[in-house]
Amino acid sequence: MTAVYEVFRRERAGSAMQHAGSIVAPDERFAEIYAREQYGRRGESDALWLVPREAVNEIGEFVDEFDLKYRRVDGYSIKERLKEARERAGAAPAQPGG
Amino acid sequence: MPDEYRKRLTKFVEMHANSELMGVLPERDWILRAPTLQRKLALTAKIQDEVGHAQLLYRVVEDLGKPREACLDDLIAGRSKFHNVFHYPTRTWGDVGVIAWLVDAAAIISQKALLKCSYAPYARIMRKICWEESFHILHGRDVILTLVTGTDGQRELVQEALDRWWEPLMMFHGNPIPADEDPMVQWRIKSQGNEEARQQFLEGYVSQVWELGLTLPDPKLRRADDGTWEYTEPDWDKLTAVVSGHGPASAERIAFRRLSRAEVEWVSRAVLAEAA
Amino acid sequence: MNERAQLLLSLADDELILGWRNSEWTGIAPFLEEDVAFSSIAQNEIGHARALYELAARELGTDADALAFDRPLEEYRSAPLVELRRLEWARTIARHWLYETADAIRLDALKESDDEELAGIAAKIDREEVYHRIHAEMWIDRLLGTDEGRGRLDEALDELWPYALGVLDDALRPELVRRVEAKLGRAMQEVAPIARGRHEAELAELHEEMTMVRRSAPAGARW
Repeated sequence: MTAVYEVFRRERAGSAMQHAGSIVAPDERFAEIYAREQYGRRGESDALWLVPREAVNEIGEFVDEFDLKYRRVDGYSIKERLKEARERAGAAPAQPGG
Repeated sequence: MPDEYRKRLTKFVEMHANSELMGVLPERDWILRAPTLQRKLALTAKIQDEVGHAQLLYRVVEDLGKPREACLDDLIAGRSKFHNVFHYPTRTWGDVGVIAWLVDAAAIISQKALLKCSYAPYARIMRKICWEESFHILHGRDVILTLVTGTDGQRELVQEALDRWWEPLMMFHGNPIPADEDPMVQWRIKSQGNEEARQQFLEGYVSQVWELGLTLPDPKLRRADDGTWEYTEPDWDKLTAVVSGHGPASAERIAFRRLSRAEVEWVSRAVLAEAA
Repeated sequence: MNERAQLLLSLADDELILGWRNSEWTGIAPFLEEDVAFSSIAQNEIGHARALYELAARELGTDADALAFDRPLEEYRSAPLVELRRLEWARTIARHWLYETADAIRLDALKESDDEELAGIAAKIDREEVYHRIHAEMWIDRLLGTDEGRGRLDEALDELWPYALGVLDDALRPELVRRVEAKLGRAMQEVAPIARGRHEAELAELHEEMTMVRRSAPAGARW
């Protein structure tokens, strides 16, 4: 019955909901009142989301067995090739069209 | 998370949570005695914030693995600690002003040093705490300024309170263990050593006290040419004794907590049980 | 003192004394989240008291703090219900719910008043008290839901019932009886109300402590 509830808040309409903290409450009615007080008694929040912690589906493990660099920026090093290409272009006349 | 780190972090946050909770006790009597409606509201809101901070901090401790009931058990049994300043009695309305102004100022310096804590949930709470405490200091200053511009009797309330609170304030930031020997700094839980924090406090607040024509009970207190503050070295053994429960009001406060917890134990039972 | 000022002072005194009683839980409520929430309720009540004193002060040519603190004990017009010192959770919740129920009835009547200022402040207070009522009802339901909770709550409600009747005048009292009996699903005792006009012994002690700092400087001193 007593559960942990995660509280999300946003500062003003249009900004993103952000995780703000958590409260412990006997049920949702209590959780709502407690969240209002802890995260809104100064009018500092435009809105709150209340989510029982057990309803949150945390995804924390990612498989990373094979080399995935081909689809990331750190998988590319163009320095050497660029140097070679520039040197090659420098040996020929510098004009468009050739 | 390395075991050593988790252990130290949990203990540190637990002491912080205990301090916020025990910090309520010296001040709550004065809600009734507050001499105007505005002061009554401001003081209630300040104390409410402290309870709220305790809630935020115990949640962090719970998520690190120690239930709050276990924390309260340890607190009541004298097995865990809380900050020195909450082991002292409050005697007058002057104390209320001095606590809100100077004790909270000392606390904010420590709290700011935690904003970059390596443990993100704690760092996040520190942002909320610092933001909320900004009004506490203003309220404290307002109370003090009103008293020192009042009757002689009212001025005397402030001076007398200062005379009693200065020693605990000088001890507040802890003994001057060098930052590179301080495990809390090593683990990047706090970003500032104890002596640095104390110097910051003195630099910020001594002049605020002196400019009101008030005195501080330390004849050695002065600012050297190089900007560092000199002062009579506090008795660090006394600090250790106070923090482990031998301060002037420690026993009374712990007893009060124990009693009030016993009174409401049935509520948790009634509220946790399945509906009849 | 005219009737309007008397009415304002009864409302203000009720809210001030109850606000203080509720703020006695600060730091020692059953759990931390509840501590924070209940403290807001106490602050709201003191805030209501302040607004009501300010209205009365304009009429009486004084200021809100003077009315809140400087009257002699006999001139307070609070209902005995709010004066009782019952630092026990079942009694606190019982009183909270009984008072909020009575106050809702009282405010409904005031909102209909021809006196615009009175109707206006009643409406404002009522809007804030929606949350108090939600909170009180939530606790009543929760406590009624277990044998232990129900036992303690019923005992508290029965003890406080004559005091609750004393919050309202004869005209509004039957509505209180109706609402309370409907919620609890049982008949309440037929008993004489402990009405406004006399004070509980606890009020003297409360008043003494409430004014001790203020009395330590001459009248007119700023705090």
